[in-house]
Amino acid sequence: MMSELNEHHPSKLHGIWALTNRELKKWYKAPVIFLLTIITPILWMGLLGKAMNIGAIFTGTSIPLPQLNPQLTQEQLQQLGVYFAGLQSSIMKGAFNTTDYFSFMAVGMIAFTALFTTMFSGMSIVWDRRLGFLNKALSTPVSRAVIIFSKVLSATLRSMFQAGIIIVIAVAFGLQFGANFSPLNILGVFAIMFLVCVGLSSLFIAITIRSTRMETPMAVMNLINLPLMFASNAFFPTKFMPDWLQTIAKFNPLTYTTDAVRQLLIFNTDWAQLALDFTYVGIFAAIVASIGMVLSWRFLSK
Amino acid sequence: MTDEVIKAEGLTRVFNKSLVAVDHVNFGVENGEIFGFLGPNGAGKTTTINMLITVLKPTEGTASVLGYDILKQAGNVRNVIGLVPQEYTADEDLTGYEDIILCADLYGIPRDVAKERAADLLKLVELTDFKDKKVETYSGGMRRRLELACGLINRPKVLFLDEPTLGLDVQTRAATWEYIRKLKKEYGMTLFLTTHYLEEADALCDRVAIIDHGKIVVVGMPEELKHSLGGDIITLSIREDADVSELIRTVEHVKEVQNEGDSYRIKAEYGEVTAPLIIEALRRKGYTVTKLMLTEPTLNEVYLEYTGKSMRDTEESREAFSAQRITMRRARA
Repeated sequence: MMSELNEHHPSKLHGIWALTNRELKKWYKAPVIFLLTIITPILWMGLLGKAMNIGAIFTGTSIPLPQLNPQLTQEQLQQLGVYFAGLQSSIMKGAFNTTDYFSFMAVGMIAFTALFTTMFSGMSIVWDRRLGFLNKALSTPVSRAVIIFSKVLSATLRSMFQAGIIIVIAVAFGLQFGANFSPLNILGVFAIMFLVCVGLSSLFIAITIRSTRMETPMAVMNLINLPLMFASNAFFPTKFMPDWLQTIAKFNPLTYTTDAVRQLLIFNTDWAQLALDFTYVGIFAAIVASIGMVLSWRFLSK
Repeated sequence: MTDEVIKAEGLTRVFNKSLVAVDHVNFGVENGEIFGFLGPNGAGKTTTINMLITVLKPTEGTASVLGYDILKQAGNVRNVIGLVPQEYTADEDLTGYEDIILCADLYGIPRDVAKERAADLLKLVELTDFKDKKVETYSGGMRRRLELACGLINRPKVLFLDEPTLGLDVQTRAATWEYIRKLKKEYGMTLFLTTHYLEEADALCDRVAIIDHGKIVVVGMPEELKHSLGGDIITLSIREDADVSELIRTVEHVKEVQNEGDSYRIKAEYGEVTAPLIIEALRRKGYTVTKLMLTEPTLNEVYLEYTGKSMRDTEESREAFSAQRITMRRARA
């Protein structure tokens, strides 16, 4: 009886690539959207990274020299210039662990991309619900878990691709790799992106799957996005933040993600710190993804 | 297995612990028939379908599809059914062909089989020439046909159609009915459809269940239901100024006569036979019939009779309303 009715014996995971690819196609088959996902990080890096030329603040030209009497000799001025240049790079090194703010910030963009791309994965499930596609999929033998995981997977793959683009653009803009950088480290970047995106998009899907309108999840996202972004080390080191903010940043998975990417790309890699970053993000992803998927799965089986 | 392909027993769904959308519904759908759920918006039609297709769990009661319990054997049910939803679910950003293949993948149909079936189905719904165009360029009728094709990709034994012609203009609607009949003939399925269009139920269904406020009011063949109203309506006027109600009442098959001032409203069985008899009886007494109209009852009269009101729009959940609005808008695109 069974074999007659279910002639193809699909596996438990069937449909996962079809559903994931459906999401991805909307992106890579639409030239405008695809182009925008490339231009956006360029703009961000170009404007934010280059405009906030923090290094320049600490150069001789921006600090007025006291009028000394007697006048400094040409030689003394030169020495002072060298001293300030050294001061600048050691201030930058002390604050950002690299002498180049642009490199620091460009890497922060990667975490930023993860956050925003996964946020939209949550949105797309609201559309699927409103347009009836979700019901249609639920009436097929595709498992509920596959429906949810395909959303997570497509957001993750997309973020990873965008991370790659950001690295390429940042290098073109003058990203300075760390001393012990090797091309293999890029794989490490993808690995940490995979973990954090699986975690974040499961979280966002669990939040949005219950709403029937776009406005509610949008408001929730806006509420949690900016704090997640700025209570992290993505654009500024946490050590100069007030204590309470540092505490928040210490629990923020984006802090660990960004740090991992920095350790891999622009810092002199601190392996112990990198291991801690991976452990933290890994545990975050495992816990949040399980909770998110169970919540979503329960909702779909109501 | 019995001849009953779908069997619902005390099927009930309560939302938010208070809103009874479907209220202890019992019905059976026989093999090979087109069974229609007719009722106004918000009567519980879509909720019933969603329970039968295992998307919603019943609060109480259960149902079986092809002998599989919708709760305990949901996986089996999903394998043997197809769905043509109320909304246009085909992805606008994909081509028609890609959408069909996507549906095939959801059923785990191997690619070579899927390609063959997709080609057949596209031909059947006459979309072969448009298969590589994005769905966003399709008209309402084309989208509907694509949904039909998608719903058939797994060769379902039972096909569920939720408001299959919602928002379509009259001509496209009639054309869509033709496609539905054609597909049914080709694949020999049992069809379960919901509609709030009386003409649709009348034109398409072998049997109709009228549902109102979550309860089935009456079930029967459209003809049977219309007949149960007690026949046709004859409206006539005479030249003379006299009350002939009693005289008309004596004519065979006449069941009810109402004097409405300048005309008489007569309920009679076999109206086409009775009308000449009435004219004859009146003429023999010297009266002249000046006007006569014969109306056969439509499902609208049936609906009126059983629910006490005309098809009305009830207040709906905002979600259903907005989904419907999107569907309507796309249908007109």
